[in-house]
Amino acid sequence: MQLDAKIPEGPLAEKWDAHRFSIPLVAPSNRRKFEVIVVGTGLAGAGAAATMGELGYRVKTFTYHDSNRRAHSIAAQGGINASKNYRNDGDSDYRLFYDTIKGGDYRSREANTYRLAQVSGEIIDQATAQGVPFGREYGGLLGNRSFGGAQVSRTFYARGQTGQQLLLGAYQALARQIKAGSVKAYNRCEMLDIVVDDGRAVGVVVRDMLTGEISSHSAHAVVLATGGYSNAYFLSTNAKASNATAIWRAHRKGALFANPCFTQIHPTCIPQADEFQSKLTLMSESLRNDGRIWIPSEIGETRPAGDIPDDQRDYYLERRYPAFGNLVPRDVASRAAKKEVDADKGVGPMRNGVYLDFADAIGRLGRDTIEARYGNLFEMYERITDEDPYEVPMRIYPAPHYTMGGLWVDYDLMTTIPGLYSIGEANFSDHGANRLGASALMQGLADGYFILPNTIAAYLSQYLGTDPISTSELAFTRVEADVAGRTERLLGVNGSRTVDWFHRELGKIVWEHCGMARSAEGLTKALAEIPALKEEFFADVRIVGDGDSLNQTLEKAGRVADYFDLAELMCRDALHREESSGGHFRVEHVTEDGEAKRNDEDFRFVSAWGFEGDGSEPSLTKENLEFENVELKTRSYK
Amino acid sequence: MDLTLRVWRQHGPNQPGAFEEYAAPDIRSHVSFLEMLDIVNDRLSLEDREPIAFEHDCREGICGMCGVMINGQPHGPQQGTATCQLHMRKFRDGDVITIEPWRATGFPVLRDLVVDRSALDRIIEAGGYITVDTGSAPDANLVPVPQEAAEASMDAAACIGCGACVAACPNSAAQLFTAAKLAHLNLLPQGQPERFMRTEAMVDTMESFFGSCTNHAECEEACPKQISIDFIALLNRDYIKAKWRNGRLAGQR
Ligand SMILES: Cc1cc2nc3c(=O)[nH]c(=O)nc-3n(C[C@H](O)[C@H](O)[C@H](O)COP(=O)(O)OP(=O)(O)OC[C@H]3O[C@@H](n4cnc5c(N)ncnc54)[C@H](O)[C@@H]3O)c2cc1C
Ligand code: SF4
Ligand code: FES
Repeated sequence: MQLDAKIPEGPLAEKWDAHRFSIPLVAPSNRRKFEVIVVGTGLAGAGAAATMGELGYRVKTFTYHDSNRRAHSIAAQGGINASKNYRNDGDSDYRLFYDTIKGGDYRSREANTYRLAQVSGEIIDQATAQGVPFGREYGGLLGNRSFGGAQVSRTFYARGQTGQQLLLGAYQALARQIKAGSVKAYNRCEMLDIVVDDGRAVGVVVRDMLTGEISSHSAHAVVLATGGYSNAYFLSTNAKASNATAIWRAHRKGALFANPCFTQIHPTCIPQADEFQSKLTLMSESLRNDGRIWIPSEIGETRPAGDIPDDQRDYYLERRYPAFGNLVPRDVASRAAKKEVDADKGVGPMRNGVYLDFADAIGRLGRDTIEARYGNLFEMYERITDEDPYEVPMRIYPAPHYTMGGLWVDYDLMTTIPGLYSIGEANFSDHGANRLGASALMQGLADGYFILPNTIAAYLSQYLGTDPISTSELAFTRVEADVAGRTERLLGVNGSRTVDWFHRELGKIVWEHCGMARSAEGLTKALAEIPALKEEFFADVRIVGDGDSLNQTLEKAGRVADYFDLAELMCRDALHREESSGGHFRVEHVTEDGEAKRNDEDFRFVSAWGFEGDGSEPSLTKENLEFENVELKTRSYK
Repeated sequence: MDLTLRVWRQHGPNQPGAFEEYAAPDIRSHVSFLEMLDIVNDRLSLEDREPIAFEHDCREGICGMCGVMINGQPHGPQQGTATCQLHMRKFRDGDVITIEPWRATGFPVLRDLVVDRSALDRIIEAGGYITVDTGSAPDANLVPVPQEAAEASMDAAACIGCGACVAACPNSAAQLFTAAKLAHLNLLPQGQPERFMRTEAMVDTMESFFGSCTNHAECEEACPKQISIDFIALLNRDYIKAKWRNGRLAGQR
């Protein structure tokens, strides 16, 4: 298969404008003749559905949430980037583009990333007009904070609830369209497969989660805005229901899956406290601005933190990276913590964390200042751990957080299945091998508000005058039967282990071998263990209840079933990528002093995997990455 | 610790429900309330009994999906805390814990602890937005917003839409939820053009689903985000203005 990213010709800064001008338009009076399905109503999906509704398309949205207000996007804390340069500190579209490309360790497309920077400012305008209560200066103008990986202040924020406020903005815009009748919303409705006819995406098959009813919906185009797959690790910072079924089903129907091994492990999360722990909680990265990270120098240290004198502490980030210290990028900070904990120097009851200590900052700035900066985070920490971080240092450890990989899309955000688009975290497009803080919200809204509603016209305009195919056609009924069969199969096992048990076991394998450090040996092992676990799952999983009413165990089981296959692909991709880049760290590929070693010669490409049938090896297609505007450099934070 | 749970079980909407008792032995105090339910559910599954249906997603107090009555208190005993943020250390060995769904006419029970809160979405659809099509916004710094206005608006916007306020109210009123959204938008310059239209439409829609507010203030007590009932005063003021002045005068405030 040949991959054509359809990157427009011309100078970098002019590509998007030129492309928009060249896209065939759909006239306003014709838009209502087109039906578009949007699966997922997070930032990306709600933004796209609302905007297409405003433009006059007939839109249907699907989400497994009871309300469009609840998508995982709601949990984002820190902020959203935009190259407004309101601070006059030298920011520009080019600088945001450059930071994103470099932060992604040169594994993303120049054209996409530049476009992202170009539309970033409009997102802030749009959100502000919607009533998003961004933080402001005394003069009433917008405030900014700085975030990891950048030397300018370009992050806009709404307290520690930026994702919530941005999502509410998009949700409210969507609510307006629902009221106006241009969007029809299907809630508590899970998409379980897409329907492809004659090589094109023509609709979806969904399950009503309250009645179990399986039904089909057809449209001229389908958009997947279904989020990331960090829950393949079981324990992650993602919402519990976040899952990969939609993109995985699309992959099985022909959509290539790009860079599955590029996952982000966030350095500042509360360590696991118990085997029953159900998820991990992120502590904002901003804490590293004032907290100092350390571990005891002695292995087996048992004294409380406060009793350990300074000369018996190892401030390992400050020691190893004197230039950036505690503010090294996420992947570097995460690996460094792992190294210490693996050396048995971890702290806390399970010896699985490192200290993040505010004593010096409190001494220097006073408790009040620290409370003003981080009060809500300290409170959240105390609620969970029952420890007071003003008195004893926090304990933190890295946790799976974000997935850069996802469905392969071209410049128009279309997957390799014509008519099937993917936006937001679900696609692979802009972050390369590592995402910068505050850039996911930006990308989700860029895709949803500004890019997809423009680019989709190019595809739709070809089908003016045609109706979507009927859902009574064989193309649909066959998929419906298939979906029903999968549900029956799961309910029929009646084994002896719970769904969560399997998910946890899977998570352990993926975390161990495809987490912060990966090796050929470990990955090979995982590639044997995962299919074996999957086989056991289908022979021994226990799902009580029926398929004709609300059955949360059944829902979970379907998602876990797809995670086995995706986890396998993650490992396969990680094994194939013989280099260390961004979040992907291969222990075989390191510099003399143990830092990540990229291999631009052989791996300057996007790995796009194709599904070749159950039990067959997936096929690999490479999209070579051309860098015409930036010089490839080795990241150094020493 | 060893606990006894009394849990409301109901197979579906419009079906009879009843409390069932479950022993929950050997629960560690640092697990969260929902993890305790996970453990109980896993044990039920292995005994071939249907797990207790309950809602949750973010498990960090922001999505508003979780929420049950715990010993008669919405979201349980800890102030300013959603059910998912509650930890078992707030309970004691031997406790009997009664767990029920939100009880409110506007929130029909769907199954066990799961209720239908979609009426809250209808209130937002009635006018809980600012009309601005994508792409039509002016530069974000064109309109300065006094910092206090932005902060007050954010205080209200922090509502997570969980519905605990409704569940806590003796009249099943949704005033606090509605007031929070109105204050979020009505306190900002951007929200002024539609202010009175919005207020009237949202309040009228609210009243078609929910009871009337008689100032019990139970809602503020129950709210995991500690949204202030002062916002209800704001709602009442704007509603009276919206009703008294006819639409043509609304712009004069
Ligand atoms: C704790 C935390 C903090 C974060 N903080 C930041 C931050 O400060 N800044 C930043 O830029 N990024 C942050 N991120 C990342 C960012 O929040 C996400 O990447 C982003 O919100 C994803 O948005 P989305 O619209 O792509 O998907 P989501 O918000 O995940 O939405 C997915 C949608 O798809 C639906 N869906 C999925 N599958 C199906 C299916 N099969 N059928 C029907 N519906 C389906 C869901 O119901 C949901 O509506 C954070 C992430 C986490 C976990
Ligand atoms: S006002 Fe408070 S209790 Fe009511 S829905 Fe909002 S957050 Fe929940
Ligand atoms: S699960 Fe999201 S608020 Fe409780």
